[in-house]
Amino acid sequence: MNKVVDMDKSAVNPAIMGNPEKKIGQQTLIFPSRPVIASTATIAGPKEGEGKLGNRIDRLLEDNLDGQSSWEKTESSMLEWALREAAGKAGGLSTVEVILAGDLLNQLMATHFGIRNLGLPFLGLYGACSTFSMGLLLAGIIVDGGFANKVAIGVSSHHNTAERQYRFPTELGVQRPPVAQWTVTGAGAVVLAKTGEGPAITCATIGKIIDMGETDPNAMGPAMAPAAADTIAQHLLDTGRDPKYYDLIATGDLGTVGKTLLIAFLKDKGVDISHNYEDCGCMIYHKEQDVHAGASGCACSALVFCAEFYRLMRAKAMKRLLLVATGSLHSPTSYQQKETIPCIAHAISIEI
Amino acid sequence: MNYLAVFVVGGLICVIGQLILDLTPLTPAHVLVLFVVLGTILSGLGLYQPLVDFAGAGATVPLPGFGYALATGTMEDVDKYGFPGIFSGGLRATASGITAAVIFGLLMASVFNPKG
Repeated sequence: MNKVVDMDKSAVNPAIMGNPEKKIGQQTLIFPSRPVIASTATIAGPKEGEGKLGNRIDRLLEDNLDGQSSWEKTESSMLEWALREAAGKAGGLSTVEVILAGDLLNQLMATHFGIRNLGLPFLGLYGACSTFSMGLLLAGIIVDGGFANKVAIGVSSHHNTAERQYRFPTELGVQRPPVAQWTVTGAGAVVLAKTGEGPAITCATIGKIIDMGETDPNAMGPAMAPAAADTIAQHLLDTGRDPKYYDLIATGDLGTVGKTLLIAFLKDKGVDISHNYEDCGCMIYHKEQDVHAGASGCACSALVFCAEFYRLMRAKAMKRLLLVATGSLHSPTSYQQKETIPCIAHAISIEI
Repeated sequence: MNYLAVFVVGGLICVIGQLILDLTPLTPAHVLVLFVVLGTILSGLGLYQPLVDFAGAGATVPLPGFGYALATGTMEDVDKYGFPGIFSGGLRATASGITAAVIFGLLMASVFNPKG
């Protein structure tokens, strides 16, 4: 047994393999050219409009359908709008060389149908609600690696499409348990450019799948908290940074329950983030909106970053942000087969 | 007094259903099946009839009442026709409920366009 462990270690031991020049520690990539987030765009539903970010979102829908004939079409059109808008603010759609995008639906339905009219090179991403940081990370690799000068990243989610796929048809009126989170209706897009003004992504930590045996798909915050803890601890270890290095450490959508758990998990690992930590899932809706444990969905971290953090960073009110979008990687089929929920979190360090 | 019995018994059955939804991971579909099956078993054992005598609609309208109709209908037809009654009684006794569900379901589906 010991021998096997030794062999595994030697396989990734930098002393033997030699750490690649843009990798530090076990899981962290550095982007020496500091790709810049040149623009952002946000679009969201009416419930999000009534929430905490309401007046900072670029475009609000009047209702969850927005004149389309299905929820999925609405989600696609939101994603398309966000990508076009973000690209428009950063020199136009024709200057974008690659699009990275994803959503929560099977076969990335919202993304594929939203992208099909854009006529640009495209890679679809699935990382559930971690897709936004996954997209930033991969875009960082593409831009820093010199494969493109401008990459657009877009993610979307829609409350009703997510309910239909993962839970119950909304018309059934199934009561939501207190630990449940509300999938955000919206889309967020950013353009990452080789040069320009604005916050830059400086390094990123690729997360590992962590499965602690949670089976309740209504309790995704608690399921994802261990993955977030693992990635944050690894990021700090790899970079040698103290949590205080960051003005804010923000997780994607752990919600009120997962947020409390994450602080406790990291305390157990000897890391104290209680002073500069917030969860994007707790920054979308007001308490009176009765969404229970907060917000979730791909658009959750994207909306909060694009509509709030990005603005604060441009105004220099926030200088160092660690964005850790978290994803719960179960499927409706895995749930029916009584599988546990594998979770992941990727961390992006954004600095100005 | 009748009304009070109906209200209390019917209400208590619903409270049990609500507690199951609040305290267990079971869904409304589980509660529906559980209540109908329980109603059928209790009626078959003769344990539900006293509740119906006491509370009337308070016991027959909620979900276990459907099980009660299934069980009593089956038993009546078995008494009347013997073995084939097992297959006819349950549906005969619940025919009005089932037909109403089909008709109203069809009506709603033709008037509205469900999107969920």
